[in-house]
Amino acid sequence: MSAEPLVKVSNLNFTYDRRPVLTGINMEIHRGQVVAIMGSSGCGKTTTMRLIGGQLRPTSGSVSIGGQVVHELDNDGLYQLRRRMGMLFQFGALFTDMSVFDNVAFQMREHTDLPESLIHDLVLMKLHAVGLRGVHQLMPSELSGGMARRVALARAIALDPLVMMYDEPFAGLDPISLSVVGQLIRTLNDALGGCSIVVTHDVQESLKIVDYVYFVSAGKIVAEGTPAEIKKSTTPYVHQFVWGEADGPVPFHYPAPPYGASLLQEVVRA
Amino acid sequence: MLDKVVRALTSLGRSVTDRIWRLGFASRFFLAVFLYSGTAFRRFHLTIREIYFTGVLSLIIILVSGLFVGMVLGLQGYDTLQRYGSSEALGILVALSLVRELGPVVAALLFASRAGSAITAEIGLMKATEQLSAMEMMAVNPIARVVAPRFWAGVISMPLLAALFSALGVFGGYLIGVQFIGVDEGSFWSQMQASVDFRQDIVNGVIKSFVFGVLVSWIAVFEGYDAEPTAEGVSGATTRTVVTSSLAILAADFVLTAFMFRGI
Amino acid sequence: MNRATLDLWVGFFVAISLVALGFLAMKVGNLSSASSGETYTLQAKFDNIGGLKPRGAVKSAGVVVGRVSEIKFDPENYVAQVTLQIDTRYKFPRDTFATINTSGLLGEQYVGFEVGGDPEMLKAGDTIKKTQSAVVLEKLISQFMFNKASEPSAAK
Repeated sequence: MSAEPLVKVSNLNFTYDRRPVLTGINMEIHRGQVVAIMGSSGCGKTTTMRLIGGQLRPTSGSVSIGGQVVHELDNDGLYQLRRRMGMLFQFGALFTDMSVFDNVAFQMREHTDLPESLIHDLVLMKLHAVGLRGVHQLMPSELSGGMARRVALARAIALDPLVMMYDEPFAGLDPISLSVVGQLIRTLNDALGGCSIVVTHDVQESLKIVDYVYFVSAGKIVAEGTPAEIKKSTTPYVHQFVWGEADGPVPFHYPAPPYGASLLQEVVRA
Repeated sequence: MLDKVVRALTSLGRSVTDRIWRLGFASRFFLAVFLYSGTAFRRFHLTIREIYFTGVLSLIIILVSGLFVGMVLGLQGYDTLQRYGSSEALGILVALSLVRELGPVVAALLFASRAGSAITAEIGLMKATEQLSAMEMMAVNPIARVVAPRFWAGVISMPLLAALFSALGVFGGYLIGVQFIGVDEGSFWSQMQASVDFRQDIVNGVIKSFVFGVLVSWIAVFEGYDAEPTAEGVSGATTRTVVTSSLAILAADFVLTAFMFRGI
Repeated sequence: MNRATLDLWVGFFVAISLVALGFLAMKVGNLSSASSGETYTLQAKFDNIGGLKPRGAVKSAGVVVGRVSEIKFDPENYVAQVTLQIDTRYKFPRDTFATINTSGLLGEQYVGFEVGGDPEMLKAGDTIKKTQSAVVLEKLISQFMFNKASEPSAAK
């Protein structure tokens, strides 16, 4: 583990429409690590990832990747940085008007001058890594959800990125695909030699493959640690999340007036 | 009571300022499309692909509508003209109506409904399924790669479609007037040729259709790009494209006609 | 849809549109006659131009030989000053008569050239000396009524 983190989030604050979304986020991700950002829906984890990717500007604080502060980069600098990043979107976000082959070849054709014969081999290699070399002729609409996501993964790693980001990679997958995607995230990370950030709320799969976990709740980091530490954690929120308890710091009931009183209330006919 | 009035006024003011804000945003977007149009021309095959989807696939509706409009013009025109014994002026009536007004305007309205709404839906769906975001994250500017080719394809296709509409309309008028009703063929064409001036009528008609092309394409790509990333958002955006384009076409037609044909 | 097919269809589309545009310019409009060649300027003064408009035709022996380019009022002589652009292919003698005629009974007005026998030709910028104004319908009617009234009453 190298001393300087590859991705460093320092004191990150983000407000949207005067509503604080993220407060005082600090993270360090080192080379070779797979890090998970976990929390329930709407806690701000996807926003964190968008801030790391430079799609949003922080209100205060900074994100730096390889020493460069992301929001201080100009347009050219940002695009240079993005060529060394890969992102897997929640449902794949494949380009529907192109075939699987063209989707994976997209970045190679846009950013490099490689000859078509070389691109052909590279595309097949990337698809082979995710196990889908056989579908390269198909259109995205002909793929199942799990397959589309794997093709999107092949597309994201097309230029061997340094930082890989995964937005809910396990959402809506069957058990076999879950395991496949999980293993791919780990093996690709080890092969590429960079780091990976996984935003998810799937506890079982992610704890199997990640090196470190950050727990986000209501825009703040409430807990962090290795998977082993997280499983043993006594922090109420973490405990409820990991063991899937119905009630705890995240309440079962949405705030409402007292039950007895609402039942006995006169029904006002409008 | 008073606060109801205050609230009504506030919401009225809010809708006006929202519209103006949106127009400002649309103008900056228009400038951005221009600035990033390099890719659309350097890799012209991208634009050609879009010309196929907007222009070629609109051919059927344009050709058929042009023919029918011309034929109706022939029928209605003959009915009115023959009351004054001027039925040989039918050629003039059909040609000038089409070349000056109906060609550019009706073709633009049809184009907005067919191609404009398709462009909006496509871009809106790409936004909703995060394809534009994905492209951004892959360091490819979505405005350059997706929006600009569609914009220029619309601008190029529109005058071509308007010319086809007018030409087929004249042919339709000829079919009805000369072949069906029996107006003299010679005077149909000769009076037409004597009255339709190339610079005044035809070139102005082409200029009109070019302006309509810019308007419709701008509105179509903007509404798609600005759509809410949901199903209702995209459907609302396509409706807005058709409505706003139609109003813009008719308003611009008035302004252009006032400038071009004032002297006559 | 591969690129070759796309290119083919788009090429077809552009080709037929250009044909349509050409059809409009040639068969519907007057492109072939309008811009064929150079013109030279002649001036003519008329007492009354009637309904003559700029871009009206100049015809000789019924054939279009030029166009009216400008109509101005001459404040010194209180006549209309008409500028004509004549096709350089055609030269007219100095004693050419310029009249304003009506095509058909109630149609558009045009300038007609009736040539005389002068061996010298009009040069660019020359003024046509002999002109006849347009027939104004009201004057014609009042003249007719005047003549009719002054006729001795036939049978009483």
